[in-house]
Amino acid sequence: MKVFKLIFKNTLRHKLRSILTVSGIAVAVIAFGLLRTVVTAWYVGVEASAADRLITRQAVSFIFPLPYAYRDKISSVPGVGEVTFANWFQGVYIDKNQFFARLAVDANTFLDVYPEFVLSPKEISDFKKEKNSCVIGEKIAGQYNLKIGDVMAIEGDIYPGRWDFVIRGIYKPKYKTTDATQMMFHWDYVDDRMREEMPGREGDVGWYVVKINDPSKSGEISREIDALFKNSPAETKTETERAFQQGFLASTSAIITSMNVLSFVIIGIIMLVLANTMIMAARERTREYAVFKTLGFSARHLVGLIMGESLFMALLGGGVGLLITFPIVNGFAEFIPKGFFPVFEIEPVTIILAVSAAVIIGIAAAIFPIQRALRTRIVDGFRFVG
Amino acid sequence: MSDIINILNVRKSYWRDSMEISVLHNISLTVKEGEFIALMGPSGSGKTTLLNLLSGIDRPTSGSVTVAGTNIAALSESALAKWRSSNIGFVFQFYNLIPVLTAFENVELPLLLTNLSKAERKKHVQTSLEIVGLGDRMYYYPKQLSGGQEQRVAIARAIVTDPAILVADEPTGDLDRNSADEILTLMERLNKEFNKTIVMVTHDPHAASKAHLIRNLDKGDLIPELV
Repeated sequence: MKVFKLIFKNTLRHKLRSILTVSGIAVAVIAFGLLRTVVTAWYVGVEASAADRLITRQAVSFIFPLPYAYRDKISSVPGVGEVTFANWFQGVYIDKNQFFARLAVDANTFLDVYPEFVLSPKEISDFKKEKNSCVIGEKIAGQYNLKIGDVMAIEGDIYPGRWDFVIRGIYKPKYKTTDATQMMFHWDYVDDRMREEMPGREGDVGWYVVKINDPSKSGEISREIDALFKNSPAETKTETERAFQQGFLASTSAIITSMNVLSFVIIGIIMLVLANTMIMAARERTREYAVFKTLGFSARHLVGLIMGESLFMALLGGGVGLLITFPIVNGFAEFIPKGFFPVFEIEPVTIILAVSAAVIIGIAAAIFPIQRALRTRIVDGFRFVG
Repeated sequence: MSDIINILNVRKSYWRDSMEISVLHNISLTVKEGEFIALMGPSGSGKTTLLNLLSGIDRPTSGSVTVAGTNIAALSESALAKWRSSNIGFVFQFYNLIPVLTAFENVELPLLLTNLSKAERKKHVQTSLEIVGLGDRMYYYPKQLSGGQEQRVAIARAIVTDPAILVADEPTGDLDRNSADEILTLMERLNKEFNKTIVMVTHDPHAASKAHLIRNLDKGDLIPELV
């Protein structure tokens, strides 16, 4: 007979209580995993940011455009490698509830600045050649069963009218955090039509993306770019891509923070549940611990028995919870609008946090029962009536 | 026969709130090797406290307790635990078996603290259970055994490490007459055949009659032996 066998048998002594406790831990781990997945999905844009890219936008607000003429001036700043730009097009494709980013980009430079959108040389060449062409992420292609040569009809809202784009490339994400749910087409195509249909809106650029040679000089270059347009009708604000992405999240930071806090509150609650189970178990076994001590078992053995049982339940609950979290997260992803979270999956860090939390819960929940078992004298243990 | 237990001027008191309660007053007692002694007395006379002191599960307030050549009052907690495991076998009134373990596993418990191999442990456990007449009940759980059988498993657990001394606190107190007689016969056998020194606390004169010597306690004092 081994100590592990005794730990296992002790765990099964009150089957219903153990099952409820393990289930409680599993549910808490599922909730923790789901909340953490949402939080990490929210930050995926920040994580995907490149250190060598700056974003230059209108200083007052992102929604105000910048003149196309800024492009050459920005290019002239020392340390700037390449400059590209994009406009937020929005529009509706089939279902207005299914969201994915639609961008009018400078077709000649955009893909050079964003090498994480992986396309074949032919796809890039075809995209650049054909003015009404577009490239889409593989997730969008999969979701709508699209292939190269298909036409995507977008109903414009910011840019009114029907817009037909021929798919000339389906990009693959280079990194796990790369958004594979974007659609990009020619800014020129949109701009030409604006010139014809809505004079006055031509030449508008949503934001510039500035690739710099030395990321350590991002602050200096940002200040130089913004200084170029000081006191102009369209002053700029230049910041790193990471800061730009974080700025988007600022409006939802309270929600994200509360989700973060909630995920750890859940861990705290379940720790109390397990601690309660362990305290009850240790209290019921006061006489047995006295027997163990009488037979010569040391404090180390009792610590092993109680801690082992607590850890066993915590890890069992954590393991079951983690296993169930995967289908739950996948199921949850089906209920949110497609493309709302470009990447929505359980990150390794979430698994590590959940397992670490289970271990910490197991240890913490055993502390009080261990203390009690060790402090109780043998003679008091034998007198104990539970 | 040499003295195996030597208790000299032992006092034991404890505190309840701010009041000191004296349980044993200046007790001296010797037990010879191979002796079977019964401690009797009314409730609260200090019998169990004396048994706890001589078996090393409690410490005296003053005085010395020398058992098998060791002044156990001077040992640290861990040293005392180790000493108990190799020198004393315990039999309790309510058996105190671990309910989730089989008879075999309960008896094996003290051997887990030794360096014996699994095969050696198995041999020792089988021998002990056969001595108490439960060779055919090795894989029964306590709840599947009668009270007398449970107590026999407890005795097997007490003797499995082959200790020199057995201490028994009301070993027949929870048993019917027949089961009690079986236990007492077994203890007599352990004393005679295996030369175990036995110190037994009991209220029952019939149980005490099996001992070589009966010592009475009253209100914390050991009543002088009648010659």
